[in-house]
Amino acid sequence: MKIVVCIKQVPDTNEVKLDPKTNRLIRDGVPSIINHDDKSGIEAALRLREKVGGTVTVVCMGPPQADVALREALAMGCDEAHLLSAREFGGSDTCATAIIISAALKKIGYDIVITGRQAIDGDTAQVGPQIAENLGIPQVSYTEELGIDGDVLTVKRQYEDRHHIIEVKTPCLLTALQELAEPRYMHAGGIIDAYEKEIKVWGFDDLKNDLNPDHIGLNGSPTKVVTSFGKMAKGAGTKLEVSPDEAVAAIIAKMEERHII
Amino acid sequence: MDFKLSKTHLLQQEMYRRFAENEVKPLAEEMDETEVFNQDLLAKMHKYGLMGIPYSKEYGGVGGDYLSYVLCMEEISKADASTGITISVHTSLCCSCIDSFGTEEQKQKFLRPLVDGSKTGCFGLTEPNAGSDAAGQQTKAAYDEAKDEYVINGTKIFTTNSGFADTFVVFAMTDKSKGTKGISAFVVERDMPGVTVGENIRRMGIRAASNCEVAYENVRVPAANRLGKEGQGFKIAMKALDGGRIGIAAQSVGIAQGALEEALKYVKERKQFGKSIAKFQTTQFKAADMQTKIDAARLLTYRAAVTKDNGENYGPAAAMAKLFASSVANEVCRECVQLMGGYGYCREYPVERALRDAKITEIYEGTSEVMKMVISGSMKIV
Repeated sequence: MKIVVCIKQVPDTNEVKLDPKTNRLIRDGVPSIINHDDKSGIEAALRLREKVGGTVTVVCMGPPQADVALREALAMGCDEAHLLSAREFGGSDTCATAIIISAALKKIGYDIVITGRQAIDGDTAQVGPQIAENLGIPQVSYTEELGIDGDVLTVKRQYEDRHHIIEVKTPCLLTALQELAEPRYMHAGGIIDAYEKEIKVWGFDDLKNDLNPDHIGLNGSPTKVVTSFGKMAKGAGTKLEVSPDEAVAAIIAKMEERHII
Repeated sequence: MDFKLSKTHLLQQEMYRRFAENEVKPLAEEMDETEVFNQDLLAKMHKYGLMGIPYSKEYGGVGGDYLSYVLCMEEISKADASTGITISVHTSLCCSCIDSFGTEEQKQKFLRPLVDGSKTGCFGLTEPNAGSDAAGQQTKAAYDEAKDEYVINGTKIFTTNSGFADTFVVFAMTDKSKGTKGISAFVVERDMPGVTVGENIRRMGIRAASNCEVAYENVRVPAANRLGKEGQGFKIAMKALDGGRIGIAAQSVGIAQGALEEALKYVKERKQFGKSIAKFQTTQFKAADMQTKIDAARLLTYRAAVTKDNGENYGPAAAMAKLFASSVANEVCRECVQLMGGYGYCREYPVERALRDAKITEIYEGTSEVMKMVISGSMKIV
């Protein structure tokens, strides 16, 4: 079984800072981590490998600094790693990113592709499903539990007010929720091995057979960020120091006054 | 000269930090209160390689260097010094004797399970009447030629990890007339008849560590379990302790840094005289003094580790690191309790435990006075 996990290196903060001129993330000085959902995806892949054998390959698109995220994945036990990094890839939106990753996946080969549900910096939840569409394979998103029997995966998929149990045949793509699998730590010896392994860095030329330069990078991205801004700080609000009954009456009155109810 | 850690070291440091934060810190208070080392934690430490860091992959170890081990000791001890000493005694005292002086067969038999995560080790040198004067060993090992065995009799005290360890490196006199040159080292297994591990000794600090008296009564040990030659035991013990001291220095740095971080968290929240006490310059200057001393201790510790990794004579550097870092740990913890006032003195806050834990770093694996003997000896003053 060849399992490929697509990961993203994200800033370790909930307060993502944006460059007001370019509307892109400021990465300098912010510690980077593997996106939480993606890390669960790695763990799920490693558990699948432990059950049915095979290999786990990890793929990350990003700047050269994303190397450390891939080393971490190797130190957790992944077999090999690919970094997709090129000037031409810079500024890609989710659509362009999915095109680039799909090109890499075609070259690597796969039975199961696992991505995280969404990244904590962009929160789009689009790249996984777009990859599946590009590759023409079935997809199950929001994977909360996972079982395998031969080439059939049984997936418990989180839905708004219920769960779906879905059976899907390989090759397929899953997007992982953080709850799917509690990630293991890196192994101390795995870290030493990880730095002895080669991480294959693929640029535009390595993937050009499957890439149209007009469909990738900042210029090839259909999504344009017009403007971005931080949340405005809210006022302190009104504090009522009265009995609960009086408070309820006061809140109802305020809501009626503002035509909320 | 480059003061930067390599990428491998940085990622290891990150892993040890996460492990300490998520696995060790939440258990530290309870383990201190109950004086019991959590065995699930021990199993996890084995699972992730924390018990085999500076040992070759050839024997199932992590394949790291001494600096890697020091980074682990520092991060783990930030969260809990008892967990630090559990790793330290196993790694730098027990395993190192077998690694440095064991034959290939002994390494395969005894070192492999210790560093691949299967077994835990301890080190029995100190006796009720042989502390700093380690040469005063009263435990005896008599050779039985007919069976090619040694018969060990005696009592060891303060054997860290002995409550749950599987493998004991034990020192005993094979020829009392030769003094230090009459001591030999043996690998004793817990299940050998005649080994009795006593109750945990109740202590002021590192209370979660297992530290018992161990009695050896007519324990028959195959001659194949003797490490090195007969009479080499003192040398084996001193070499192990030289390396062990670097680990204790790292433990001291960790205890101090951990206490300072807790105190700094507190001073930002604590308000007196209408403002947070972090805003008082006296608090800020205390913090500056403490961080400077911790960094100096850390640099001495890293220097000793790198000197050892480079295969140079590291004994004096290790002694300086331990002497200074253990003193800093005590000073910083005392100052952190002072900064936090009455709350710092309460068991609810980890600095109270840190202060109790810090004291032992000036005592075990060679007291500060012994460190001064080692350092001044290397200076050839007389």
